[in-house]
Amino acid sequence: MATEYASSGEYIKHHLQNLTLGKLPEGYERHDHHGNVEVLSESTLTFAHNAQEAKDMGFWAVNVDSMAFSIGLGILFLFLFRMAARKASTGVPTGLQNFVEWVIEFIDTSVRGSFSHRNPLVAPLALTVFMWVFLMNLMDLVPVDWLPLVGSMVGLPYLKVVPSTDPNVTFGLSLSIFVLVLFYSVKMKGPGGFFAELAFQPFPKFMFPINLLLEGVGLIAKPLSLSLRLFGNMYAGEMIFILIALMFGGSWILGLFGGVLQWAWAVFHILIITLQAFIFMTLTIVYLDMAHSEHH
Amino acid sequence: MNFNATLIGQSITFIFFVWFCMKYVWPPIMSALETRKKLIADGLAAADRGKHELELAAKKAGDNMREAKATAAEVIAQAEKRAAQMVEEAKTAAKEEGERQLAVAQANIDQETNRARESLREQVAALAVAGAEKILRREVNAQTHADLLGQLKAEL
Repeated sequence: MATEYASSGEYIKHHLQNLTLGKLPEGYERHDHHGNVEVLSESTLTFAHNAQEAKDMGFWAVNVDSMAFSIGLGILFLFLFRMAARKASTGVPTGLQNFVEWVIEFIDTSVRGSFSHRNPLVAPLALTVFMWVFLMNLMDLVPVDWLPLVGSMVGLPYLKVVPSTDPNVTFGLSLSIFVLVLFYSVKMKGPGGFFAELAFQPFPKFMFPINLLLEGVGLIAKPLSLSLRLFGNMYAGEMIFILIALMFGGSWILGLFGGVLQWAWAVFHILIITLQAFIFMTLTIVYLDMAHSEHH
Repeated sequence: MNFNATLIGQSITFIFFVWFCMKYVWPPIMSALETRKKLIADGLAAADRGKHELELAAKKAGDNMREAKATAAEVIAQAEKRAAQMVEEAKTAAKEEGERQLAVAQANIDQETNRARESLREQVAALAVAGAEKILRREVNAQTHADLLGQLKAEL
């Protein structure tokens, strides 16, 4: 595939660009591959044709590929589990129900192990986080050129198939969880208690500005590290797949070597995607547990 | 990294998924799991109870069997005893009946003998009188010598 592109750099850039839908302002100059310039006579809702355009669309643009794949995978997860839930019986479980029960027991054990309070939200939240992140990561195992090729056939300039390599997706998750952490911190400890936790430790009360700074950084670091860890791992993994895929453009020996490498990396990646989903889920539970607990 | 409204869309999607999961996925599966857990526990307990009851029943059956055997032996012994008794009684009754019959026969025989002797005696007396009459003719009057004749008759 790499041969279609002017350079390896362009190939890589192309693979790392989301399919962004947004509005370009009136008078915007669009540059195409051949250096032609098109000036927009009015503000236009369109797909970005390069990274600069995506950037110029500002905040009110949507990465259609990330949204479509993440929603699709989320619906797949909920559909499978809902089907199992509808047919859930106390008899001997078969097939899908077996798998779903296995996952649910696993999540339930994790939640019981890490979360020491009563909250009916946490276990379903953990299940959703785990399965959704896992499925989004799983898209990384689809060879990097397949779906973008299909996309280009139907006229999509870009298609990034792994939603968890889009920081919008990982931050969307972690910020929602952060809001939950803040909500339960205030709900369980009261605004005063929560403030005291941030301001009156670890140093004595009169040093509260330093405490506030330390604890504030610690608090902000939670969602930041949560999302950046997932994003960084998946982005790096995807990058390596792309670099390996570059080899397919070389000689057949290099291509064969690339095939072997891709297989090896994919096998290793199975571990990484599961582990990242698990870490994301466990940290979610732990953060919520901390939000429920009084500090001493 | 290029942040845009995907962030918001993703958060809304996430919240919706969690809500759906919390409402329609987690509770039914969890309740099914809990119910099954309870069913299995109950089943195991019932199996244990059943085993225990089986042991008790086997023991009881053994007891009953032994008891029945004992009763049967007793009944048989009684029956044998009774049979022996009956045979004994029958023997005694038969013996008594035989003796009674014998006595009756003996009595009959005695009676017949007496009767025959009586008639014989009368006939002998009559014969003797007739003989004497023929010998004596006129000299002897039957009526006059009735005493004598009676004496004779008794001596016979």
